[in-house]
Amino acid sequence: MRDSPSEPRLTEAVVAAAAPVAAASGALNGAVAPAEPAFVARRLGVGFWISIVWVGLVILVAVAAGVLPLQDPLAIGDNAPRLGPSTAHLLGTDELGRDLLARVVYGSRTSLIVGFSSIAFGITVGGSLGLIAGYFGGRWDAAINGISTILLAFPVLIFLLTIVTFLGQNLFNVALTLGILSVAPIARIIRANTLAYANREFVLAARALGARSRRILIREILPNVLPSALAFSLVAVAVVIVAEGALSFLGLSVRPPTPTWGGMIAEGGQVLAQDALVALWPALAMFVTVMALNFAGDRLQVYFEVREGGL
Amino acid sequence: MSGGPLLEVTDLRTHFLTSRGAVRAVDGVSFTLERGRTLGVVGESGSGKTVLARSIMGLLPAHNVKRDGEVVYEGRRLTGLAPSELREIWGAEISMVFQDPMTSLNPVVRIGRQITETMHFHLGLPDREARSRAVELLRSVGIPEPERRLRAYPHELSGGMRQRVTIAIALACGPKLLLADEPTTALDVTVQAQILSLLGRQQRERFMAMILVTHDLGVVAGRTDEIVVMYAGRVVERAPTTVLFSDMRMRYTQALFRSIPRITDPGHRRLQAIGGRPPDLVAPPRGCSFAPRCRYARERCHVEEPPLTDAGPGHAYACWYPAEPGEVAAEAASAAREVAG
Repeated sequence: MRDSPSEPRLTEAVVAAAAPVAAASGALNGAVAPAEPAFVARRLGVGFWISIVWVGLVILVAVAAGVLPLQDPLAIGDNAPRLGPSTAHLLGTDELGRDLLARVVYGSRTSLIVGFSSIAFGITVGGSLGLIAGYFGGRWDAAINGISTILLAFPVLIFLLTIVTFLGQNLFNVALTLGILSVAPIARIIRANTLAYANREFVLAARALGARSRRILIREILPNVLPSALAFSLVAVAVVIVAEGALSFLGLSVRPPTPTWGGMIAEGGQVLAQDALVALWPALAMFVTVMALNFAGDRLQVYFEVREGGL
Repeated sequence: MSGGPLLEVTDLRTHFLTSRGAVRAVDGVSFTLERGRTLGVVGESGSGKTVLARSIMGLLPAHNVKRDGEVVYEGRRLTGLAPSELREIWGAEISMVFQDPMTSLNPVVRIGRQITETMHFHLGLPDREARSRAVELLRSVGIPEPERRLRAYPHELSGGMRQRVTIAIALACGPKLLLADEPTTALDVTVQAQILSLLGRQQRERFMAMILVTHDLGVVAGRTDEIVVMYAGRVVERAPTTVLFSDMRMRYTQALFRSIPRITDPGHRRLQAIGGRPPDLVAPPRGCSFAPRCRYARERCHVEEPPLTDAGPGHAYACWYPAEPGEVAAEAASAAREVAG
């Protein structure tokens, strides 16, 4: 870009002088240099950082829940049921008199563990499969595509019911199930990204230097594919958190009395007419967290998007 | 070290199998390259130069490619080696420099790692040693502040600098043969000469043989020992460089030579382009493949294919009605005199 002789020096000067304005409005850049904006700083934006801070806070509180001055989320009968928010119970209590704040905090543990561990599984397995399918092509590609098509076509709820019924209804099985379900879509995305790089000249150049396929995959292609995969995985975590919530709502996730957001929403749903707050808090917590993850993931995807022309 | 030539290519053929039929990208090429010598491979786009370079290495797609003929490197038949055996040779013995340094460098990997990578797996060098060698290499290819550049990403360097880096990478393990596939085509004209002389200097210092692939006769003129002119996947003329320029016979070589604009040309002179396009390599024309575009073509050219005919030591051409020895050189000289007078 810099070398391009058609690029007027003036543009840079204007942008430098009006940096804050220019960053805020792409229109100005467009007006000065219609062909190519001279310089638009890549920024993640305030929204991204707010989202990350929120997600970080949720994780921190979930991890530190044991040492925080919270009440017992399982203790029944200590308090009156359905108390409104007060200084003693910041978010009030539920039908059984359990502290809602404590339950929302402990409930986040389930959502986060399931969300992150299942996607970690999905990225590891699906990512490897996608890399192999995209790079080697041919039979590998056909086989992996076939498997992922089957996985995608399989009715999700039946799959879940089967696993949960036969293997037991616990955190590990729920995370594993959702992890397996995330393999196919992740594999497809990684495969597509890998394909875009597998025939690039630097891969050929690496081969010409005598690099093995494994080395090319890990050292040449993975660094190109990874950033967008990580960005995507944040969005995927959000999807899984919602899915786990739905499972809890249906009573297919971790068994009560262990608090989960979805389970709490289900419980609150029964007393919705009397006290909407019981369902509101977990729903709000899930809503904000999922939105933050989505937003952060989206911003990252845009941030990592490679614009070849700009290289 | 065996006493024979470094590289011997015999009747090399590479055909790509497509739905339209076999594309004869390289169709029976033979040549020999001695140690430390330079061979120029010249031809226009689509004449099979790049495929030739890749066929020599064996760097071809796995599917729908048919390669025949023999490539013997230091007495070893490369054409018969398994991929794992070839990997030992690639990078360590035979290296390649690609046309566009922007695409042949990994955009998200630092320069340093791209250079040290091969030293790790070919020479088994530990990291620190590889890095200090990388610094030396970068310095020797003329990159200022090599220590700092190791941490740079490709996009932080200019085109010429990038090509210097790819040359450093190719030289990292001390190959005996360097294949340079249009190494200056993607570069600024002002940088081309620098890169070419860098290649020449490295070659002399390392006593390394080189195959310089280009479409520009001007590029190979002063920098090669021998030249092979390719057209439609075949060798149409082959000669030691000085002989070729004084005595070119094949009409295609002549046309290529005439198409170079000369500084002695009068201003506003039209470029002497070669009309038409290279032939379809699936169904090449009968007879001489250049005949449809040749000013001198006669009936026989369209019917019978001219064989590669000897015309002196190391000089051979494939043409029924060749230029007289010295004809083209005289023409250029008289043009130059005209301008001078």
